[in-house]
Amino acid sequence: METLPWWASEDAWRKIAIWVTALMTVVLIVLTYDSLNAITAGGESGRVKAYSVINNRIYYTYDKDRGFPVPVIGDQAPLFGKVLNEEEAQALIDKGKITTQAKNCMGCHTFLGNGAYYAPDLTKAWLDPGWGSEAIREEMMLKFLQDPTTNARGYGSNRKMPNLGITEEEARGIVAYLKWMSSIDTNGFPRNFPVISQEGDR
Amino acid sequence: MSIGTLSFSHLTTGQQIAIKYYLVAVVLFAAQILFGLLAGLQYLMPEFLYNTLDFSVNRMVHVNAMIVWMLYGFMGAIFWLVEEEAGVELVGAKLANLGFWVLTAAVTVVVLVYLFIQTGPGDMESLWFINEGREYIEAPRWADIGIVICLLIFFYNISATFMKGKWSGISGVLVMDLVAVAGLYLAGMFYTTNVSVDQYWWWWVIHMWVEATWEVLVGCIMAWGLIQTLGASRKIVTTWLYIEVAMMLGSGILGLGHHYFWIGTPEYWLSIGGFFSALEPVPLVAMVVHAVYDSGKHGFKNTNHPAMAWLIAHAFGNFFGAGVFGFMHTLPQINLYTHGSQWSSSHGHLAFFGAYATMNIAMFYIGVQKWRGNVYMSADLPGKGWKWKWALTLLCLGVTMMTMALLVSGYEQAFVERALGGASWAAYFKAQQTDWYVQGMFWRQLWGYVTAAGLVLLIWDLLTIGKNETRPIVVLDKD
Repeated sequence: METLPWWASEDAWRKIAIWVTALMTVVLIVLTYDSLNAITAGGESGRVKAYSVINNRIYYTYDKDRGFPVPVIGDQAPLFGKVLNEEEAQALIDKGKITTQAKNCMGCHTFLGNGAYYAPDLTKAWLDPGWGSEAIREEMMLKFLQDPTTNARGYGSNRKMPNLGITEEEARGIVAYLKWMSSIDTNGFPRNFPVISQEGDR
Repeated sequence: MSIGTLSFSHLTTGQQIAIKYYLVAVVLFAAQILFGLLAGLQYLMPEFLYNTLDFSVNRMVHVNAMIVWMLYGFMGAIFWLVEEEAGVELVGAKLANLGFWVLTAAVTVVVLVYLFIQTGPGDMESLWFINEGREYIEAPRWADIGIVICLLIFFYNISATFMKGKWSGISGVLVMDLVAVAGLYLAGMFYTTNVSVDQYWWWWVIHMWVEATWEVLVGCIMAWGLIQTLGASRKIVTTWLYIEVAMMLGSGILGLGHHYFWIGTPEYWLSIGGFFSALEPVPLVAMVVHAVYDSGKHGFKNTNHPAMAWLIAHAFGNFFGAGVFGFMHTLPQINLYTHGSQWSSSHGHLAFFGAYATMNIAMFYIGVQKWRGNVYMSADLPGKGWKWKWALTLLCLGVTMMTMALLVSGYEQAFVERALGGASWAAYFKAQQTDWYVQGMFWRQLWGYVTAAGLVLLIWDLLTIGKNETRPIVVLDKD
């Protein structure tokens, strides 16, 4: 057994295992520090927008260098007709985020592609052409969320969202949350999303 | 007590606790399959239990029961081997029993709340007491805290036992890994408005559990299992374990990046995640080579045929399910179209079954053997061991075919919804109604029933194998 080459020795592999694990952990921690900075809401990188972005129109324009459409913040178009400051906007979005968790939306839907696959991805639900037009979108979303059984949107399938007892206040929060989420820079996911036509389209 | 009869007197203190964990694990395994069947049926018949027991509830119970039964299996397996490995009796047995009952009571309450309360109003109390609404770790916050306390008790039992007795390569890796398993769970225990930050840490728990620390954990159990059933050389097995840890964590830790492609995180994750996750199958190949080599070297002469078969199933299942099916859509160029589609569930089914269910089942068989007084469980079992062989066949075939069926649906979804339709709601529902998608879902359901039949047979076999057996366990020639 003494004649084993180094690469077959238990001792060498123990040391390699320890060093490799330690190195990778350190690299991950450094990257985590950088990534968390980059995804702060309203941070410098612009990847995750400030919550008050819900006061404005959200467009997507093609970025030649990156090779896919990226979110662009347009003119003022306050959600539910009311301009909110950053704290008020965060409070409203927070209500929506908590509601999506309390109602277990991820049990059927995906956010940023993560969740279950029984219902559509909600990453850009705010911009979905299925809401018809900009003028009726907010109203339709509120109605749908509060009574999805009657206002089912299954596109010919029998699949319907269940009635989860969402109140109007919660529905407004969810819509705000979805509007804010649609402005996150997701590196082009989902590919070729067909954005609803909006005023001042570019 | 004579052999052939189930008796706790055949077992050490730790092993008696292990059996309790195994029993709950099997019950939860059955719950996983039951709620999986209900959820699968809802794809085909959306009105089924609509507004009563909705898909979201069934799917949550399906996925949570799976995670918890696997944890129970692992904890049981570690209680099973700790005393033999340390050479002393379990430290803190009373506390360990208490931990088991507290954890089981908590799990029961959580499941009942999932089923009967389901959802709450949009405030923090719902997240604390009903469900947290984050896939895989939906358990409400009070239960999170309870789980951490139980894991700490468990960690004390295991590490104190090794400290009192002797350490080995396997136990060293195991204890370090348990620190990581418990520590990582903490990364999922907070609330934030920012969904990108939320998902960033959420993946620390999910990915670092299933694609890193759990893999190391089953590596340890596998190493011990091969020594136990084959009489494999400890030195060789331990060396392999270190190689696997180096490769697993060398690729898996930064492989985390494949979950950071599309959640708002910077573009450098596309390269880092793509590269390291593409390496993740390598250690799984090593595990196959290692298991097959060891078995062949011993001419497949072993103490427990069903356990040995499930260990081999683990090696291949882990490689194909986690390795091949994971690699298939891990590069960002493919993942852009497949992320969050039935491709993911296809991969998920084979990976969890292949990597973890198989290992737990192998340990159940090792457990039952000694529970009956170390009975014979090699070739020439009554009825040629048809029950365990058919259970193995039906379960492996059922899950593999579900995986293939889901992959067909996944292809259809990726092409029609993503590539052609850009993932709008209209495109989503268009894809859901294409013939091939629906056929995939139909066959998935059918093979789900086959899987369920396999589970029934497995439970029947576990309860009866070795009954009235008079021959003792095979004695191995040690390396």
